[in-house]
Amino acid sequence: MKGYFDYASGCPVDERVLEAMLPYFKIPGNPSSVHSQGYQAREAIEKARESVAELIEAEPNEIIFTSGATESNNLALIGFALRNKDKGRHIITSKIEHMSILNPCKFLQKNGFEISYVPVDKDGIVDLSFIENSIREDTILISIQHANNEIGTIQPIEEIKEISGNIPLHVDATASLGKIEVDIQTLKADLVTLSSNDIYGPRGVGALFVRKGVKLHPLILGGGQERGLRSGTENVAGIVGFGVAAEITKKEYKEESERLKRFRDRIIENVLKIENSYLNGHRERRLPNNVNVRFSYIEGESLVLSLDMEGIQASTGSACSSKTLQPSHVLTAIGLKHEEAHGSLLITLGRYNTEDDVNKLIEVLPSAVERLRMMSPLYRRR
Amino acid sequence: MYSEKLFEHFRNPRNVGEIENPDGVGTVGNPVCGDLMTFMIKVKDDVIEDIKFKTFGCGAAIATSSIATEMAKGKKIEEALKISKKVVADALGGLPPQKMHCSNLASDALRMAITDYLRKTNQIERIKELGLEKELKILEGEETEEHEETSEVEEFLND
Repeated sequence: MKGYFDYASGCPVDERVLEAMLPYFKIPGNPSSVHSQGYQAREAIEKARESVAELIEAEPNEIIFTSGATESNNLALIGFALRNKDKGRHIITSKIEHMSILNPCKFLQKNGFEISYVPVDKDGIVDLSFIENSIREDTILISIQHANNEIGTIQPIEEIKEISGNIPLHVDATASLGKIEVDIQTLKADLVTLSSNDIYGPRGVGALFVRKGVKLHPLILGGGQERGLRSGTENVAGIVGFGVAAEITKKEYKEESERLKRFRDRIIENVLKIENSYLNGHRERRLPNNVNVRFSYIEGESLVLSLDMEGIQASTGSACSSKTLQPSHVLTAIGLKHEEAHGSLLITLGRYNTEDDVNKLIEVLPSAVERLRMMSPLYRRR
Repeated sequence: MYSEKLFEHFRNPRNVGEIENPDGVGTVGNPVCGDLMTFMIKVKDDVIEDIKFKTFGCGAAIATSSIATEMAKGKKIEEALKISKKVVADALGGLPPQKMHCSNLASDALRMAITDYLRKTNQIERIKELGLEKELKILEGEETEEHEETSEVEEFLND
């Protein structure tokens, strides 16, 4: 994992998590069975539920396990809308949400709901007055991410809650969990999306916090597991892993974030010394592990490939690296032109980054940028 | 998703740079789409004696530029015009499907540079014979490439 700076795309599973999971691959019992093997699996799941709940200061029975953040977001949006459509058909969300929010919103729009998309400023902070003005009698849900996975900007969730009063609030905390405090008591959210892999747990597991009294319609129907909100035999080993990852996160995240923040600030300071480079996202209200920069005259995919040749793995919001050949919707929402978004580089730090990694990145990046600029016809024009 | 051959050209691109007093210059693509290439050629006795490129774009854009210049160098004009998108892609061991359209512009840049050379040397008849009328129109500003954001490009370049 030396030189890995793409933690927002994927995290390795912590060794301690993996150790704890292994025995549960061998337990045959279905958690719904009454015999001892089933009971053992059930107990493990409930223990994990407590650990995840504890991480965000929630009650265990407010945690619904899912297959990951995408499913949690779908359940929060579509599940909530279906169950509460008698109260209204208007939902407010932001322009820089993850696609697992924006695409469910699109689906709801096609099915009789109205969505207001809140714009953001150049740093990626949502427009609070827009939210205030968008609220209507029939607004049933507001969904705003805690922090952005691409530009790292942290949203003023508490202020949004003040504005929105009693309107249920969903917060996608996928990017923020384990980086900054995610506390249900201060966020005052009614639904919160959590992902296991982003805190070094296994993939294929996530959770949705559902505050007591909030009603949802399940999207996956069957045997009625997870209080009927998510049927299907539980992914026991995965859930156990998520639980242990939550315990480790609870204990270690503050210290870890302080360490990563120092790395982050050093990287930002050094990268911005490169001529015509700019930081994307807010300088202070920013995840401790996120650096998103852009360089004029070059394209991001070729920069990612150049860095990979030097043993550094990072990411980009350039269109050329996406399936849709569209630049990142987050970068265009903060006002970047397409040609500016093409030159973006996303560096996300994590648990296993070392001082050496950071030194290497700082050493290698300027020459990689320079090499591509020397090839660029845009640079020539200067 | 990229072939070893493509990576090799990306790592060590051939013929990067510019030619002083080129006989022909061809620029295609635009930075809004994420790819822009400029090819410059020096022609002697109808042979492409020297060729250089500069490219803004993804790995595929840089590698296709590199291999296209390598193939064109030393070739007679008529032979160089046979370097099509498919020829370039095949020479690199194939390109991912989504890169075929947007990043495989090297053969277009080459055609444009050749047309520019023929135009500057008053070989208008040959332009017609070689089927380069469309390139000529673009060069003369009568027709734009299939991109609508030309003004934005200019804005960006002059920024």
